[in-house]
Amino acid sequence: MLTLTLILLPIIAGLLTLSTKGENAKVIALVAALVELALGAYTFFAFVPDATSQFGVSYNWIASAGIKFSVGIDGISLILVSLTTLVVPFIILSTFQNNYEKASTFYSLILFMQAGLVGVFTAKDAFLFYFFFEAALIPIYFIAAIWGGENRIKVTFKFFVYTIFGSLFMLLALVYLYIKTPTHSSEITALYETARLLDASQQGFIFWAFFIAFAIKMPLFPFHTWQPDTYVEAPTAGTMLLSGIMLKMGTYGLIRLLLPIAPLGVKAWGTVAVVLAIIGIVYGSIIAIQQKDMKRLIAYSSFAHVGLMAAGIFSGNLDGIQGSLIQMLAHGINVVGLFFVVEIIQQRTKSRELSSLGGITQTTPQLTVLFIIIMLGSVALPLTNGFVGEFLLLKGVFEYNAWMGAVAGLTIILGAVYMLRLVQKSMFGTTTSLTEGFEDLGLTERATLLPIATLVIVLGIVPNIILKASEPAVSQLLSIINK
Amino acid sequence: MNAIIALSLFGISNLFLGFLNNRKILLPATLLFVLIALGLNLADWNHEYYWFHNMLKTNNLSINFTSIILVATALVVAISRGFGEDEEHTHPAEYYAILLFSVVGAIMMVTFQSLFMLFVGIEILSVAMYVLTGSDKRNLRSNEAALKYFLMGSFATGIMLFGIALVYGATGSFDINGIGNMVNQAKLQDIMLNPYGPILYGGIILIFVGLLFKISAAPFHFWTPDVYDGAPSIFTAFMSTVVKTAGVAATYRLLSISFPAVYGLWGNPLVYITCLTLFIGNITAVYQQSFKRMLAYSSISHAGYLLITVLAKTPTTNSSILFYSLAYSIATISAFAVLMAVSEAQAKTGKTDESFNALNGLAKNNPLLAFALAVSMLSLAGIPLTAGFFGKFFIFADAFSNVSSLFKTIAVVAILMSTVGIYYYFKPIIAAYLKKGDLEKIELSPIYKLTLIITTALTILLGIAPDLVKNIF
Repeated sequence: MLTLTLILLPIIAGLLTLSTKGENAKVIALVAALVELALGAYTFFAFVPDATSQFGVSYNWIASAGIKFSVGIDGISLILVSLTTLVVPFIILSTFQNNYEKASTFYSLILFMQAGLVGVFTAKDAFLFYFFFEAALIPIYFIAAIWGGENRIKVTFKFFVYTIFGSLFMLLALVYLYIKTPTHSSEITALYETARLLDASQQGFIFWAFFIAFAIKMPLFPFHTWQPDTYVEAPTAGTMLLSGIMLKMGTYGLIRLLLPIAPLGVKAWGTVAVVLAIIGIVYGSIIAIQQKDMKRLIAYSSFAHVGLMAAGIFSGNLDGIQGSLIQMLAHGINVVGLFFVVEIIQQRTKSRELSSLGGITQTTPQLTVLFIIIMLGSVALPLTNGFVGEFLLLKGVFEYNAWMGAVAGLTIILGAVYMLRLVQKSMFGTTTSLTEGFEDLGLTERATLLPIATLVIVLGIVPNIILKASEPAVSQLLSIINK
Repeated sequence: MNAIIALSLFGISNLFLGFLNNRKILLPATLLFVLIALGLNLADWNHEYYWFHNMLKTNNLSINFTSIILVATALVVAISRGFGEDEEHTHPAEYYAILLFSVVGAIMMVTFQSLFMLFVGIEILSVAMYVLTGSDKRNLRSNEAALKYFLMGSFATGIMLFGIALVYGATGSFDINGIGNMVNQAKLQDIMLNPYGPILYGGIILIFVGLLFKISAAPFHFWTPDVYDGAPSIFTAFMSTVVKTAGVAATYRLLSISFPAVYGLWGNPLVYITCLTLFIGNITAVYQQSFKRMLAYSSISHAGYLLITVLAKTPTTNSSILFYSLAYSIATISAFAVLMAVSEAQAKTGKTDESFNALNGLAKNNPLLAFALAVSMLSLAGIPLTAGFFGKFFIFADAFSNVSSLFKTIAVVAILMSTVGIYYYFKPIIAAYLKKGDLEKIELSPIYKLTLIITTALTILLGIAPDLVKNIF
C-alpha cells in the first residue's frame, strides 16, 4: 500500500499544482516533494533487509490479457525509490530563483515525472514497467521542449523519437515473452521462468531488443548522440531529472529485466555490451576534457559514468551489481549538485563558457567549498559517496576480465582530469568581467547544496546502510541468473 | 438488422426535413436517427439471425462492427455543424440523407452472408461517397477528387465483381459458409486434385482488389491522398473511419469464414501487401506538409496494422480488430474535428492553410483544441495512456501468437514503422504547443465541444482500462 501511495501522491499533488496560479505552484510542489521524501525515508527505514518484495499491492488491471497492476519494493527498487524521492525536492528547490512562464504546468510535470519514475522502479509486472517507462518520458519531453534553450524543439524531438524507438523494441521483446508464458501472464517473475524455456538464439533476440531499449535510455556508446544536446538544451531542472534519475531507468532495466530474462543472451553477447560500455567510458571522458561549456562537460561526464555502471552490471557478479546500485544513488546526488552549481553560475554571469569564467572563489567561500566537495564525490575520492560505487564497479569488471577492468580503470584518472579542470577554470584564476562581484549563495541555494554535500560525505563514510539493504535482493537475482 | 431498414427510412425522412426551412433541426434529428439505429442494432445482441433469404446474417461480431460504425457516424454528425451557413451552395438535408444511406451500405458490408450483399453494400457505400466527395462543387479540388475516386472506385468494384463470379464458378455458391464448405471438401487448395483451384485463386485475388481498394492498402492506395485531401474535411473524417472499418470487417469476414482452408493462397500475397502498406503509408506521411494529407497517409498505415491481425488469424483476432478500429476511429475523428475548427478559423482571416503551420500556437488561446489534438496524435502514434497503445499491443500480441516465424519479421517491420509514425504524429503537437502563432480564440458550438471532450476522454479511458470494451468484444 505504501508503494501505491508513493506513486499516487505526486500525481495528486501534480493535479493540485496544475490548478493553482502563480507563485503558489512551486511551494505546493516543494511541500509535496518533501512529504514524498518523508514517505521515502520511512520506506527506507521500515524496509526489512531480505530478498522479499515489500509494501506491495496487486490488482487485476487488464484481466482479459492477464496484466496486473502489481507494485512492490525489494532491495534493488529501494535504492532507486530512495534516489527519486531524495533528489526531486532538491530539483524543485533549485528552481526557486527562476520564474518560469506557466509555472503551474512546469511543476506539475515534474511531479508527474516523479510518479512515473517511482512506478518504473517498483513495477512487478512487465507491462506496468513498460507503461511507466513510456509515461515518464512525456513530462520530461514537454519540460525540455517548452522551457528549454534555443534549439529545444529539434533537439528534444530527436531525444523523444530516439528513446521511443528503443522502448518499442522492449515492447516487442515483452510481447514475445508474454505470449510464450503458459498462462499469458506478464508478471516479471513469470517472465524469468518462461525465459528458461527459450534457446540461445531466442534469448539472443530478447537480449538485443532489451539492450537497444536500455542502451538508448542510459545512453551507452554508440546510442548516445541525443544526450549532450538534450542535456544542454533542457532547462536545468529538466537536465537534473534526466541525468539524476531518468538514465537510471536504463540501468535498472538491465538489472531487473535483461540479466535475469536472457542469461544465455548475456553469455553470448555480454562481452560486446561490456566493450561498448568501456568505449563509452574512455570516449566520454576524453570528450569531457575538451569541453568549453560547463553543462556539456557534465553531460559527457555523466555519459562516462553510466558506461561504468553498465560495464559493472554486465559483468554479472555481486560486486558489479552492488557497485552499480550504490553508484546510481551517488551519481544521482552528485550530478544534481553539479548541474545546480552550473545553474547558479549561469544565472549570475549569463555564461557557461569556461574561458569567460574564473576567480569566482574570491568572493564565494561557501559555494567553493560545497562545489569542491560535490566535485570530489564525482571524482570518487575515498570517503566520498562516489568512491564506494566506483571501487566495487571496477572490482566487478576486473573479476569479469582483467584487461577490461584495467581500461575501465582509466575513468579514475580521466575523471579527475576533467572535473578538476572544471573547477579550476570556473572558480580559480583571475576574475573576469563577468565574474566580478559574484555573490555567494542565497538561502534556497544553500538549502539545496548543503544537504547534497552532506550526503556526499555521509554516504561515503557509511555506505553499508545502502549496501546491506540491497544485498539479499541482488544475491537472489544472481541465483536466478545462474540457475 | 432493423438498423438497416430504419436508417433507410431515416434517410428519406431527412430529405423531407429539408423542406422545412429550418436547418437547425437537421443535425439533432440525424444524430437522433443514428442513435436509434444504434439501439436497434444492440437489441439483437446475443442472437444470430438470418435476414432477406439468408443474404445477411447478424451475430455478435457484426453487431460490434455495426456499433463502431454507428458510433463513428454519430461523432461525425456531431461535428458536422449543419454543413456551413451558406444557404445557396450547401444542401445539408441531402448530405445528411446520403450519409445515412452510405451507413446502410457499410452495415451491409459487415453483415453480409452472400457475396451479392457484399457487392451491393460496397456499391451503396461507394456511390454515396462519390457524391459526398464532390459535394464542395465550387471547389476544383473537390471535383477532381470525386472524379478520381469514382473512376478508380468503379474499376475496383468491377474487378471485384469479376472475382466474385470466378469464386462462384469454382465453388458453385455465393453463400460464404457454402463457399467455405466447398473449399474444404473439394480440396481446392490442391491443384493436382481439383482443376478448379486456379479459378478460385484468381477469384480470391480479384476480390482482394476491391476490398483492399476500400481500405486503401498499398498498392491500391493511390487514390487515397488526393481524395482525402480534396473532399470536404467532414467527409474525409467519415471516409477514413467508417469506410475503413467496414472494409476491414468485410475482408476479415470473408477470409475467416470462406477461405481459412486455403490460407496458403491468400496469406502470402497479403503478407507482402501488409508490409508494403505499412512502409508506404508511414514513410510517405513523413514528407507531407499538409496536416490533412498526413492524416490520409496515416490512414493507409493503419490499414497495414489492421491487416497484420487479419493475417495472424488467432482466436483473439476478433477483439483486436474491433479494439483497434474503435481506437483509431475515435482518435481520427478527434483530429479532424480540430483540423476543421482551425482551418475554418484560418479561412476567416483569408488564409486557406491546411499545413502544420496552420496549427502554430494553437495551445495558447485554445487549450481544449490543442489537448484534443495532442491526445489523438498520441493515440494514433500508439503511446501509452491512450487507446492506440493497447490497439497496437493487442495486434503485436496476435502476431506473436502465430507460430509462423514470418510474423516475427512483420512485427519488427511494424515496430520500425511505428517509430516513423511517432515522427510525423508529433509534428502537429509541436506546432500546437511549442511554436508561436497568432491564432485567436476559436468559438465552438456546445455540441462540437462536447464531441471533442467525449473523444478525448474515451481515448484516455480506453488507454487506462481497455477491458471496458475488450470484454464485450
